Amino acid sequence: MTPTNPTTQAPDKDEVVRVYKEMLRIRRFEELASRAYTQGKISGFLHLYIGQEAIAVATADLMKDGDRVVTTYRDHGFAISLGCDPGACMAELFGKKDGLVGGVGGSMHFFAKDKGLWGGYAIVGGHIPVAAGHAFASKYLKDDAVTLCFLGEGAMHIGATHEGMHLAGLWKLPVVFVIENNQYAMGTPLKRQTLVDDLTVRAPAYRMTSDRWEVTDIFETRRRLAEAVERARKDHQPALIELLTYRFRGHSMSDPAKYRTKDEVDVWKEKDPLHRTEMALRSEHGFDDDGIEAIDDAVVDEMQAAVDFADASPQPDPEHRFRHHLVEND
Amino acid sequence: MPTLQIREALRDALDEEMSRDDRVFVMGEEVGYYNGAYKVTQGLLDKYGEQRVVDTPIAETGFAGVGVGAAMAGLRPVIEFMTFNFSAVAFDQILNNAAKLRHLSGGQFTLPMVFRGPNAAAHMLSSTHSQAFESFYCGFPGVKVVSVATPYDAKGLLKSAIRDENPVIFFESEVMYGVKGEVPEGEYLIPIGEADIKRPGDQVTVITWGQGVPISLEAAKIAEQNGIDCEVIDLRTLRPLDTDAILNSVRKTNRVVLAYHGWPYGGTGAEVADLIAREAFDHLDAPVERVCYEDINFSYAENLENLAIPSPERIYESIAKVAYKTA
Repeated sequence: MTPTNPTTQAPDKDEVVRVYKEMLRIRRFEELASRAYTQGKISGFLHLYIGQEAIAVATADLMKDGDRVVTTYRDHGFAISLGCDPGACMAELFGKKDGLVGGVGGSMHFFAKDKGLWGGYAIVGGHIPVAAGHAFASKYLKDDAVTLCFLGEGAMHIGATHEGMHLAGLWKLPVVFVIENNQYAMGTPLKRQTLVDDLTVRAPAYRMTSDRWEVTDIFETRRRLAEAVERARKDHQPALIELLTYRFRGHSMSDPAKYRTKDEVDVWKEKDPLHRTEMALRSEHGFDDDGIEAIDDAVVDEMQAAVDFADASPQPDPEHRFRHHLVEND
Repeated sequence: MPTLQIREALRDALDEEMSRDDRVFVMGEEVGYYNGAYKVTQGLLDKYGEQRVVDTPIAETGFAGVGVGAAMAGLRPVIEFMTFNFSAVAFDQILNNAAKLRHLSGGQFTLPMVFRGPNAAAHMLSSTHSQAFESFYCGFPGVKVVSVATPYDAKGLLKSAIRDENPVIFFESEVMYGVKGEVPEGEYLIPIGEADIKRPGDQVTVITWGQGVPISLEAAKIAEQNGIDCEVIDLRTLRPLDTDAILNSVRKTNRVVLAYHGWPYGGTGAEVADLIAREAFDHLDAPVERVCYEDINFSYAENLENLAIPSPERIYESIAKVAYKTA
């Protein structure tokens, strides 16, 4: 499903239901992944997107054929919003043959080129120059594609981020860098990472446009992102955007998140776009408990089916470990 | 047959490949308006323009990563490091992105790209500018590694590297860009993965590459004067190794000296020695000898540097040793 006009300011009921369901699909996927992790079905590092879903859903609505998302290891949300099969995503987390990349990448390394997901990258900041490279190729090949590159606020302090953004600005590349400032780099709050409050202060040095807002309303987020994306497409004007958001779980499953207070979490729960969209469905579009539950039931069924699919999928063939290191090994 | 310098042979390779394929571009510090720190890219900006001969700021992580991203999106970048010493700050882009993204993506992306530039000790540049990077770049899967020592090899192998569908690390040498040699007119390719016998011989195998090649050939001349007939094998490709070329020679001569620019510990020479020990142990008439850098950081002072790097004389000493002759 795609919206008829992604920048519409007054979404109708169907559109509100659609984005609610899309956000809920990510949340329920992540919750079931969390449960599977505690059951021992998922190992390694598992970073959940709970609280940040509106960003991935808004982004997917804006993308045209050929546009790309490049993101971090917190990548499940984009995979779901961009249309990857939740079963394949869950099977990847389970390390199974039918996983998104055949079980070689796990949670931190989702790739679905045909869906516009050009990668989940697990070395902080390492994907910023790569995203600039995708945009360099777009300018070189004149393909009119825009690269949307997502990073955590913690990535703002590593060298690769500066170099990649610097080249994107210098060469006027069609790329939009979006900082998902979820307030913590693992357990370190932003105020102990940097002395600036506003991370977009760097944008003028890169000759980028900038924008910054709190992600509470998915439609506002979509509209403001769209402005940057279209400037990148039409004018090759790169942008630096800071989105203030919150992850309701720890950095990864091994993090109990003891570095923050319940009061702080409660404040952000009131801002949660999924929660606010549910409130809008109730107050503006006539939904009651039954109506909300009906949506939820359908989503939970879909995601439980994804878990069942992942459970049933076999482990990768032993010979699979030799593939794809060089083109000759394919 | 025309005689060219290595820098000219490399330039011809770039020129021919850029002419042949619009997706090939060159990127790095001073490659354009300055015409290359070592003049490898001289004239290419005038011919191909700024879009395809891209000067960068001093930002190796940035432009190595841009190369990776461009390759994933269908281009064929040739990334020049002014020296491979500067590739150290871009190592993450090569190790974690260039070498891994095809595998991580389950084969969804190809990375046809070349990282090229001078490698190993030049002359009196001290420790940060004198390093040989073979053991770093051969130390992980997902890349091919080439090291050239003649104009003929430089051209044929760079063309193959540019056409290869995988990331290729391509080592040149600051002190060898002016080395001259015959290069045939017209197009030719040298396959990656094939060693070359630079001097045939029967009694001792000298295995070398890059800057080790000319000094190994010198050492072989000294050996000849002393009645020892050496076969000098230039590996040319360090990953994947041409194991047949190595083992065939060892089985013929039964004596091996490894002579190369690079540290001894855990390096490419050690890998070759391991191969020989596993596959040709019964053919050896003497322990494998290695002549390489001393296991120290380089000094600027000329005498200290000369003591740390292999020389024809030191290689000959090892040749004599494995032949059980007095040097």
